[in-house]
Amino acid sequence: MALEIIESCVNCYACEPLCPNEAIYQASPHFLIDPDKCTECLGDYDDAQCSSICPIEGAIVDELGVALNLPGSLTGISAEMLAKYQAAVEATYQAALEAKTG
Amino acid sequence: MDLPVINSSSEGAAGGGCDSHSCGSTDDQLNHLPEHIRAKVHNHPCYSEQAHHYFARMHVAVAPACNIQCHYCNRKYDCSNESRPGVVSEVLTPEQAVKKVMAVAANIPQMTVLGIAGPGDPLANPERTFATFRELSEKAPDIKLCVSTNGLALPESVEELSKHNIDHVTITINCVDPDVGAQIYPWIFWNNKRIMGREGAAILIEQQQKGLEMLTARGILVKVNSVMIPGVNDKHLAEVSKVVKSKGAFLHNVMPLIAEPEHGTFYGLMGQSSPTAEELQELQDACSGDMNMMRHCRQCRADAVGLLGEDRGLEFTMDKIEDMEIDYPAAMVKRAEVHAQIAKELEVKEQDRLFQAQAKAALIALRGEADAPPTRPVLMAVSTKGGGVINEHFGHAHEFLVYEASPAGVRFIGHRKTTPYCEGGSSCGDGESALDETLRVLKGCEVVLSAKIGFEPWAPLEAAGIQPNGEHAMEPIEEAIAAVYEELRAAGKLDEAPVQQQKVA
Repeated sequence: MALEIIESCVNCYACEPLCPNEAIYQASPHFLIDPDKCTECLGDYDDAQCSSICPIEGAIVDELGVALNLPGSLTGISAEMLAKYQAAVEATYQAALEAKTG
Repeated sequence: MDLPVINSSSEGAAGGGCDSHSCGSTDDQLNHLPEHIRAKVHNHPCYSEQAHHYFARMHVAVAPACNIQCHYCNRKYDCSNESRPGVVSEVLTPEQAVKKVMAVAANIPQMTVLGIAGPGDPLANPERTFATFRELSEKAPDIKLCVSTNGLALPESVEELSKHNIDHVTITINCVDPDVGAQIYPWIFWNNKRIMGREGAAILIEQQQKGLEMLTARGILVKVNSVMIPGVNDKHLAEVSKVVKSKGAFLHNVMPLIAEPEHGTFYGLMGQSSPTAEELQELQDACSGDMNMMRHCRQCRADAVGLLGEDRGLEFTMDKIEDMEIDYPAAMVKRAEVHAQIAKELEVKEQDRLFQAQAKAALIALRGEADAPPTRPVLMAVSTKGGGVINEHFGHAHEFLVYEASPAGVRFIGHRKTTPYCEGGSSCGDGESALDETLRVLKGCEVVLSAKIGFEPWAPLEAAGIQPNGEHAMEPIEEAIAAVYEELRAAGKLDEAPVQQQKVA
């Protein structure tokens, strides 16, 4: 059993020093967990340390690919709010593009 | 009538009355500090309003990890076009950071201060943060070191902080009440667990207060930053100001919330409103009865470089630094010369000001106050590139500094950001909307002083009730404002109510 860091990782380093097994290492494009070393913190801590400090919902998953931090659980940002965010980013991008070409 | 310059005055409002509202708040934030503290902060751009016109600072982004989540922060954010705390373009290793600091210090001799402020929490990255401090205190002993933290890991770090000769620490304290904190901090990471909501906020508050007490007990200067969040902690911050002052913080910096949907923060997406410039000023004034307030903060990026309000970070990216030859001992000599020159300039200014204040006091003693009837205060905006003088064209200004002139003198109120009306001709097609923005941010100001103001914005400014004034180019800001105030008084314009300002979209 081992946890996995996926592509939404923002490389904030927070998890790396916490791992009791030194299973987490810096890699490109994002940090990775050595599955041979990861114990999901069993025997060391009640909660897996990496997923307890990770600020990005969904960036750490278990062997079945299930996120340890579900959408909205850390930031309070719901799926609807996230859609609004994507729309706002898109609008800003379009406006910048128009300003450049226009 | 000659007006003393209150913000840089060491004696407060000379000859003026003292009501409960203005007393204390009209002083420079450093005036009533003990001499040994003033000596420490006189050339720190973030702590001294006067110093920020002359001295530069830089942040190195060595600390990406964070141990809490704030609702005004998006940990995914990384954009070179955004200017606000928590945003950086590249995270540096301690070795890279040291190299960058030496390069900047050699190229910008006005730089006095190196801060570590993120993009996460410096004390949640103790190894990276302290490795940077350790090497810098050896290699660049003439640079002041400071650190900014959320306070959660502060008590355990105080010992290490005091080893590295760091005499300035900033703690962001948004509340002293866990119920308020629960609306700002969704979680903290504490003792190997993620702790949600009120319980987490209570621990954070306890750690912040403990850290503050430990630092001040050791004589380390503490500034407190607070983010003003309307409807969440705006009513509560006066209490925060009182508490942190009683525990020995020497300066309180209340900053407006930055929250736009495109930033992807909880507050941004919730549509949480930011305070207006007027609301911010009102709260700063309310707190100032209890506390020295900072009003010139620019809420800079965690990798900003240069004078406050400017960012020269792009000149010092790692690839550019690799190619630079740095002779630090030579640079240190040059820096000392530049700093001495600035100190001399400031001293001359101070002498000048003291002389004028004395002359005014003598005049009042001679004639009595009676022939100077009270006149109303007036807000004026200026554009400057630094150096304490009016040296920026109206159309090139990214921000305006706002001052209040009154019979008690001239005091700095704050800065207002805008989009330059004219970026040197290339984007003048956008001129109209940018001017609308500038008119909006200058709301409440009756005069704007710039090195030069073009023909086009002149009429719209006048129509908005803001008198453009280009007659004081290259003059010291406070003196120019005092002169304009005197002109307004002599013309009888201060007896009337201000011109009704039209609504600007």
